[in-house]
Amino acid sequence: MSLGITGTIVLALLGAACVLAMLRLWIGPHAPDRIVAADTLSVIATGAIVVLALFFDSALYLDVALLYGVLAFVGVVALARAIEGNRP
Amino acid sequence: MHPQLQHTAFSFVFAFVFWLLLVGSLDPQELVAGILVATAVAALSSGRQPILAGIRLRAGAPLAFITYLGSLLVALLRANLDMARRVLSPALPIRPVLVRINTSLRSDLGRLVLANSITLTPGTLTVDVEGDALLVHWIDCPPGTDIATATQTIASGFERHLRGFLQ
Amino acid sequence: MKLLSDIFLIIGALFCLLGALGLLRMPDVYNRIQAGAKAVTLGSLALLLGVGFAHPDWWPKLLVVGLFILLTNPIGSSTLARAFHRSGVPLWHKQRDES
Repeated sequence: MSLGITGTIVLALLGAACVLAMLRLWIGPHAPDRIVAADTLSVIATGAIVVLALFFDSALYLDVALLYGVLAFVGVVALARAIEGNRP
Repeated sequence: MHPQLQHTAFSFVFAFVFWLLLVGSLDPQELVAGILVATAVAALSSGRQPILAGIRLRAGAPLAFITYLGSLLVALLRANLDMARRVLSPALPIRPVLVRINTSLRSDLGRLVLANSITLTPGTLTVDVEGDALLVHWIDCPPGTDIATATQTIASGFERHLRGFLQ
Repeated sequence: MKLLSDIFLIIGALFCLLGALGLLRMPDVYNRIQAGAKAVTLGSLALLLGVGFAHPDWWPKLLVVGLFILLTNPIGSSTLARAFHRSGVPLWHKQRDES
């Protein structure tokens, strides 16, 4: 696998985005801020997995990305419901 | 058509098209498996709340849908340029306020799509739905805005497109 | 095709970075949701478009992923915002009046 110059730039930008989101996850300061950071991080990760599918040249990663997106969405909704309590 | 029947038919078509996109081929084997799976999904969802029943069957519906998608993409682009300007400017020019706007869409699906569109348009985020009103977080609200102006600015453009294919 | 793909990939990665930067800079949780939801949605769609230009035979699955992100990311953000609003997370105001 050879990345080329575009691949290096794209992966560096995505990595920087993940680091910034993780910084927000780390410093908080409250639970809602961390949850929003985790949500954003999961969507960035979905995009990054699709880019990896291109660089590894394997369509299997697209299924991984789709499944990761579904699980992240369900997780976010479950967290929101847990914060909100049992109201309808 | 009867709403329940319409909902089942929509679920079937939706599940079948989704299956075809997922497998990415028109092999007879895949078609048969897709029909079986889509029938199972439609049968399982038939007793549930009919969310897809909000779709309006008219001659102009597909055209309205495409117009809506185009306007959504333009709004998403503008939203991001706007957000980039705010995030990158050192002074952080934001005046966040919660405003209430009215909607004339009646169905659950219509309100869902409207709320989604509002979230993706420049500077606004849907927070809650209370009856006919949507609670919207507006990142840069001009001082002294009333409910009618806010409705006009935020929602009316999308509602016009959405009423073409949703109730 | 290669050039178009490269351009869209870089635009997408830039918008993802912008979303993460907004997440870090905004003063309260609602504004952070706004910055995160919009920029990252557009960024992911641009990434998908870039991959689609490089691999035209993948478009059905990329379309599924793209529609899924376009539908669920705003819903997730709105659900979170509603949960925070109902559990009483306050709004940030520029004038720090203690009333």
